[in-house]
Amino acid sequence: MSMSNHPPQDRGREPRGTYPPDQAELDTPVPDELCRAQATRLRAAWKLPKGWRYWSEVNNIQIGKWYATTALIFMLCAGVMALIIRLQLAVPDNDLVSADRFNQLFTMHGTVMMFLFAVPMFEAISILLLPGFLGARDMPFPRLSAYGYWCFLIGGLFVISSILFNIAPRSGWFMYPPLAIDDEGPGSDIWLLGLSFIEIASIIAAVELIVGVLKCRAPGMRVNLMPLYAWYVLVVGGMILFAFPPLLAGDYLFELERSLDWPFFDPARGGDPMLWQHLFWIFGHPEVYIIFLPSIAIAAMVIPTAARRPIVGYSWIVLSAVGTGFFSFGLWVHHMFTTGLPAISLGFFSAASEAVVIPTGIQLFAFLATLLVGHVTMSLPMLWIAGALAVFTIGGLTGVMLAIAPFDFQVHDTYFIVAHLHYTLFGGMIFPVIAGVYYFFPVIRKKTLSPRLGRWAFWLIFSGFNICFLPMHLTGLLGMPRRVYTYPAGLGWDGLNLISTLGAFIIAAGFAVFVWDVFRPKGKAPDPPRNPWNAGTLEWSHQIPQEYWGIRSIPHITSRYPIWDQPGLVERIDNGRYYLPDAPNGQRETLITSVIDARPMQIQRLHTPGWITHIAAVFTGGCFIFPAFQMYWPAVICGVAAAIAILVWLWAGTARAPTPDHRDAGLGLSLPTYASGSDSVGWWAMWITMLGDATAFASIIFGFFFYWTSQDDFPRDDALHAGGWETALAALALAAAWALVVLARGSDRAGRIGVARIALSAAALCTALGGGALALAVLPLEPAAHVYPAVICAIALWIGAHAALGFVMQLYCLAGSIAGKLTPRHDADLCNVTLFWHFFVLSSLVACAVIGLAPRLL
Amino acid sequence: MKRNQCDPPSSVRAQGLALFVLLPVLAGCDGVQSALAPAGEDASVLATLFWVMLIGAVVLFTLMNGLFFYLTRIRVHAQSETVARWLMIGGGIVLPVVVVGTLLVWGLSILPDHRQGGDGLRIHVTGEQWWWRVEYWPEGADEPVIAANEIRFPAGERTELVLESAHVIHSFWIPALGGKMDMFPGRETFLSLRPTRPGTFRGQCAEFCGASHTWMAFDAHVMEPDAFDDWLAAQTEDAAAPASAAAERGAELFGREGCGACHAIRGTDHVGTVGPDLTHIGSRTTLAAGRLGVSQSDFQDWIAHPDALKPGVEMPPFDHLSDDEISDLARYLRGLE
Repeated sequence: MSMSNHPPQDRGREPRGTYPPDQAELDTPVPDELCRAQATRLRAAWKLPKGWRYWSEVNNIQIGKWYATTALIFMLCAGVMALIIRLQLAVPDNDLVSADRFNQLFTMHGTVMMFLFAVPMFEAISILLLPGFLGARDMPFPRLSAYGYWCFLIGGLFVISSILFNIAPRSGWFMYPPLAIDDEGPGSDIWLLGLSFIEIASIIAAVELIVGVLKCRAPGMRVNLMPLYAWYVLVVGGMILFAFPPLLAGDYLFELERSLDWPFFDPARGGDPMLWQHLFWIFGHPEVYIIFLPSIAIAAMVIPTAARRPIVGYSWIVLSAVGTGFFSFGLWVHHMFTTGLPAISLGFFSAASEAVVIPTGIQLFAFLATLLVGHVTMSLPMLWIAGALAVFTIGGLTGVMLAIAPFDFQVHDTYFIVAHLHYTLFGGMIFPVIAGVYYFFPVIRKKTLSPRLGRWAFWLIFSGFNICFLPMHLTGLLGMPRRVYTYPAGLGWDGLNLISTLGAFIIAAGFAVFVWDVFRPKGKAPDPPRNPWNAGTLEWSHQIPQEYWGIRSIPHITSRYPIWDQPGLVERIDNGRYYLPDAPNGQRETLITSVIDARPMQIQRLHTPGWITHIAAVFTGGCFIFPAFQMYWPAVICGVAAAIAILVWLWAGTARAPTPDHRDAGLGLSLPTYASGSDSVGWWAMWITMLGDATAFASIIFGFFFYWTSQDDFPRDDALHAGGWETALAALALAAAWALVVLARGSDRAGRIGVARIALSAAALCTALGGGALALAVLPLEPAAHVYPAVICAIALWIGAHAALGFVMQLYCLAGSIAGKLTPRHDADLCNVTLFWHFFVLSSLVACAVIGLAPRLL
Repeated sequence: MKRNQCDPPSSVRAQGLALFVLLPVLAGCDGVQSALAPAGEDASVLATLFWVMLIGAVVLFTLMNGLFFYLTRIRVHAQSETVARWLMIGGGIVLPVVVVGTLLVWGLSILPDHRQGGDGLRIHVTGEQWWWRVEYWPEGADEPVIAANEIRFPAGERTELVLESAHVIHSFWIPALGGKMDMFPGRETFLSLRPTRPGTFRGQCAEFCGASHTWMAFDAHVMEPDAFDDWLAAQTEDAAAPASAAAERGAELFGREGCGACHAIRGTDHVGTVGPDLTHIGSRTTLAAGRLGVSQSDFQDWIAHPDALKPGVEMPPFDHLSDDEISDLARYLRGLE
């Protein structure tokens, strides 16, 4: 990270006092009286709101529980859909449901499981547990978590309820054009808009989780001491950031074709349905690992505890996780082996798909190695891990088979694939997550689950799963394609399908037992021991009964397994003898530390419960939901209302400068309460968000060059180009706007507030000019006529929307400066806006080159 | 059950092992749509590939889970760290590199076969909603022989398939003969197949294509080359004239009901190209792209209620006709051999 822009010595914001804490300081007891008073103040600051205000809570513990419960309910809904599917397929020529209803069911089953369960469940578990793993009080942006959750809930209900009205998407979870484009009714729009909305919520959560891991670790917890789960969160968060934007870009093009008839995927007008397949699977394959890696992470927490020793090959596992994440972006074409791509592509992607076996293998064998050197205690969570291994190895081995392209030619789009993907997802997600639920339940609910019911659930789900899905391998090899709503008798599929249906209901019985165990009233059950598995990681310093402050005092960490290796740690935490033991202003706070070596840097004020997040989420939802029914004006109104709500939220919350400037953090250390630039969490969040945004933009540019390489006449010789002069003017004006924002930041910091305000005003003018010029440049084009003007207009529209955003940001900073919220000392907002403009000026210059220059040169 | 239709690996030892482990599975792997009962060169190679990979997978699965069981249930106390490190490197790196490397070399060497050139006959297949438009282009032909909804191959020859789609993406697949290939609107894809065993097999669309994806199938007939030539010659002929009074009435109904707007019957005034060509529909073994057989009642059911049999189909129902009229129409069509 660069510190050059804002040397800390100029700002008087460096930490003062001793760090690392010396032993004498650590040995000093805190007087009982003071300790109790501190605890009372902390408890008051983190108090759970009562009554209906409970739902305004933003604390990670509540948001995490709501998030996980919601995702679980969506999963059960998708499970019920699966049972109907299995009933329909139990016997040949069945007419339990119609073809149309069946197509809605399988589309929604896949969609809900992927978008409303698997990824949100990872984010839910991480939001719930990550602060515990890291020794943080909460996530860095509690209101953002809340906003993400409410968006997820609204979007999820919207998408899932469509099946009750018989208007659900019905073109498969992959939505291949032209089928999904031509589909009548709102189904495809519900999919595109509803899921875009949820994907944005997912990206929000990913940003929050990444910043949490990077900046909210306990002091001393250097990156090589982080629990493995945190590493996996980092890898998976990064993958979400690079995988979801291509799909969002695809959704954007797709919805433009659905609403405005811009022919991106229509071959008759120069479009190409293959572009969607590429964008979808550039998302879709990493998605598999986005689901799988967090569950490996749960195993990485459970296994050392079971083996009663540290994990073997920590750095190997970290590198393998990063490697898996990296490789997963190079495999997408194995979903397209049968599309007639050149043999050289097939060979390359076959090899790449096989190569991912190596990092996966290292992770699995590192777990086995840990069990080998440890003294293993089998427990209920370990039983689920054993089931996960058995199921996942079958899925992995069939994956090795499928990566061989010629074999895939036979079984692609058959029940063999259905079996394969369920083996990887059950083994790589369901079983480890349930293991995690049993393992972490004392932390989450301060109760234990029933070992007896747990065994019942395990054997029902495990046997049911294999009865259901093992025969499907053969069903597929006997020629049964996927996504058929029925089949004729006598092809050898009848008995196999009946067995699969039987298995599906056994799985359902197992889930019924599990869900009952989780939700049954446990009021009378005795409190479990605080650390029932004798684990070594920080989350087991939690308190029973529940305290909402996350951790009583934030410890100094010197080991990967601090509870095992740092004697007296838990007692010291409890007695408030570490950092931030108090809430003197009655505010919620957590400690911000440096990215690599976790030196304490700042006391971060956290937001308290509020309703603004709900208002923002509802209007954001309206903005996405109305267009699915061609109600564009209500959508625009909702969009404006959402923007206003978010501005109010920022203006009234984030922009307040905290007082005092420095505060005692405990153990002789005094820390600043404000940070700007790369010291602040907001700057990191902006950086990460803009990486995702740049990826989406790159995907649209990829589309332009995809058409150019795949077609001989793109653009056609007689094609009308965007106005050259107007495009050049737009580039110039947007570059000037950027330069003025940079100037404004520098002047403001140097105390020349007047110059800064003038620069911001001029920047806003330039932005408006640039956006206007770009609009004029593309105005004569007819995007519905051919894909070339369509893709030019799509790029211009993207840049235009971002210019509008940049314009609002400039005015926001100007208003902040005038209102005295943004001062030379408190300029975090302006730093973040500058960072946005760094990214945006790059993408607008690229866009102008592609719109104005490239077609004239190509 | 004809167990010998499965084609296990050529090596006798592997075959013996496969038979022992998979006897119950082997017993169930034949069928007209089975990839494990190959009737062509391409499918045979892939079936062998599968059986070998399956044996490997069973061995690896047993090793890995056996080790887990051993470490958690049998020898639970701590063992040497050196062994652990070697386990991680051996299992995580060496084993996958060797196994996957070998598999890739073999698997990818098969890859080019999938698109090798044919011996002369080219068949152009277009995926429609939800049926198959078929054109036979014998070597040197100027114009194709038009057919629909079934595909015939000469045994022992490699036939090229040129695939395309009219509206949405489909996938062309005859499991007993070889792998599948997607069909796109606006773009041609290629596949070549060399069937070896005469017989009737079933093909089916493998890419989800809408309401009646399920009912987009066809029969693939592999014929001795001489028989194939005779059949193809017969297909070039115009349609047979109605041979009975009932068929006469049916022919007249066909014209009166406007069937010819969509369907062509060569040798008559009916030249529609929206639906399948019906010139020789009486010689086919299925009706409505594998949906029904070819009995009198199948034809009658189809004419009266196509939508009930194939949801979303474009052909309108003709249930306003009397039973006798529908019967006559069916008789006429069945006579078009």
